[in-house]
Amino acid sequence: MLDTTTTPDGRTIGDTVLDLRNITLRFGGVEAIKDISFDIREGEIRAIIGPNGAGKSSMLNVISGFYVPQEGEVWFRGAPRPQMKPYQVARQGIARTFQNIALFEGMSVLDNVMTGRLNAMKANIFQQAFWWGKASKEEEANRESVERVIDFLEIQHIRKTPVGRLPYGLKKRVELARALAAEPSLLLLDEPMAGMNVEEKEDMSRFILDVNDEFGTTIALIEHDMGVVMDLSDRVVVMDYGRKIGDGTPAEVRSNQDVIDAYLGVSHD
Amino acid sequence: MPDQLLFATEVALNGLMAGVMYSLVALGFVLIFKASGIFNYAQGVMALFAAMTLVGIQNGQVPFSHLINAIFGTDIHYFGWEAPAILAIALTVVVMIALAWAVNRFIFRHLVNQEPIILFMATIGLAYFLEGVADLMWGSEIKTLDVGLPQGINETIDSVTFEIFGYGFFIDNLDIVATVIAALLVLGLVAFSQYTKQGRALRAVADDHQAALSVGISLNFIWVLVWSIAGFVALVAGIMWGAKSGVQFSLSLIALKALPVLMLGGFTSIPGAIVGGLIIGVGEKLFEFAIGQPFLGGATENWFAYVLALLFLVFRPQGLFGEKIIERV
Repeated sequence: MLDTTTTPDGRTIGDTVLDLRNITLRFGGVEAIKDISFDIREGEIRAIIGPNGAGKSSMLNVISGFYVPQEGEVWFRGAPRPQMKPYQVARQGIARTFQNIALFEGMSVLDNVMTGRLNAMKANIFQQAFWWGKASKEEEANRESVERVIDFLEIQHIRKTPVGRLPYGLKKRVELARALAAEPSLLLLDEPMAGMNVEEKEDMSRFILDVNDEFGTTIALIEHDMGVVMDLSDRVVVMDYGRKIGDGTPAEVRSNQDVIDAYLGVSHD
Repeated sequence: MPDQLLFATEVALNGLMAGVMYSLVALGFVLIFKASGIFNYAQGVMALFAAMTLVGIQNGQVPFSHLINAIFGTDIHYFGWEAPAILAIALTVVVMIALAWAVNRFIFRHLVNQEPIILFMATIGLAYFLEGVADLMWGSEIKTLDVGLPQGINETIDSVTFEIFGYGFFIDNLDIVATVIAALLVLGLVAFSQYTKQGRALRAVADDHQAALSVGISLNFIWVLVWSIAGFVALVAGIMWGAKSGVQFSLSLIALKALPVLMLGGFTSIPGAIVGGLIIGVGEKLFEFAIGQPFLGGATENWFAYVLALLFLVFRPQGLFGEKIIERV
């Protein structure tokens, strides 16, 4: 395990938060992920890149418990994680967003973000029902922290709007807000900038960097846009056909011949 | 006021009260449909089951006594005590929660991600199973349900309206109580779903399962919760209908009356279930009064609701308050 290091811009990257060891995931006869190992360390932005169908999203789904790998172990905070349901993973402090946005379309932005706080609320069902005991105080405290997230992501003006009416770019931001509201120790972003125009991408990049900077949140993200990945991330894992073909700093990955062949060779850079 | 108008007003008022009863049943459907996309055919049988359990506990009946007597050759039927109404209601709530848990554990947990029609079929099976279990547990004879609700004509309304209009309105006390209880129930449900953590989780699950999982909501817990609430609503409906017309098999058929209510109100709207029930209640009584009896030879109440629902299906399939179905192509 590596010691604490400091990045050029002054952030500290600490111990391993999540360690994936020899993960293999099969769907019937198809191997989506073949014997992949890598780690995610405290405070860093870790990117997972690769061509379409490389198994990036599957990897994220393994981490968040939506898929159960046939082989390999997921170590979280220094201990092997038993098989878990997605909601249990979420309760451990791993929040995520989805490639094709999974929001509660019928609910307001505020309500959507509030769902991120569900696990922070400890009052039981009867206290909740009658606003008795700690229920009301808790609701206020959670509301405050949600408002902070909403301010931070600059979505105050749409707090009361039903999510279904929002344009795509804003939906992506609301989804990030909901994940952030849970104050996760690890934030998983599945293509946070897919389908966005240049301006929206710049905004989203800024938010991701700010989140990492201000809250010290560890982030693992999947992204297609190579330029964005190289700017954002501290370390990069490269996948191709379910295999890991590169792992290191953006500079190291960029000069890796396998990576160039598989991916960078065909990119626009 | 002319006599005809007075009669019509009385009829409409009685219709409103009857509509509340329909709404109560429809509410149970909407709750489960919203949260899990299951159209619960067994909702009516749940009301019957709840009412039978309540009466059984009140009378101190031994559950499954016929079965026990047949197997062991004994002759036991009653424990020999009578439970007070409030205790019996509390125990029945516990039974309905246990039922909700069992339904999820043994049926719907095994049918996750199945087509809606499969889930619907499962509830039909559940309806027949529950009906059989209810008979086996408590016997199939018609019982009277009495939890101390007032019944009969409300004298105050009768005399007050007689003083003003010279004609006394006939309003049943039970209907008034049912209206008040239904109103409280709806207010409670709305407050629960809007202002509590579990309510928010419930709405979240209703909206998107995957997203709900990702913020740490246990789907199983929410489903047990929503079936428990539906069980509670079924109990309330069972008490009201049972007190009105006795606890017997036909109680489970009130579910059929809830169908047109749902088509009017929309399957996903709680206010829709209320308004739909009221419209049907008032509509069928007024139609019978104004057109049925004078021109059609009466007995239109049996079919009016269904014809109205049919019209809605043709011209406004999503109902009054339901979400409009827009197919993206």
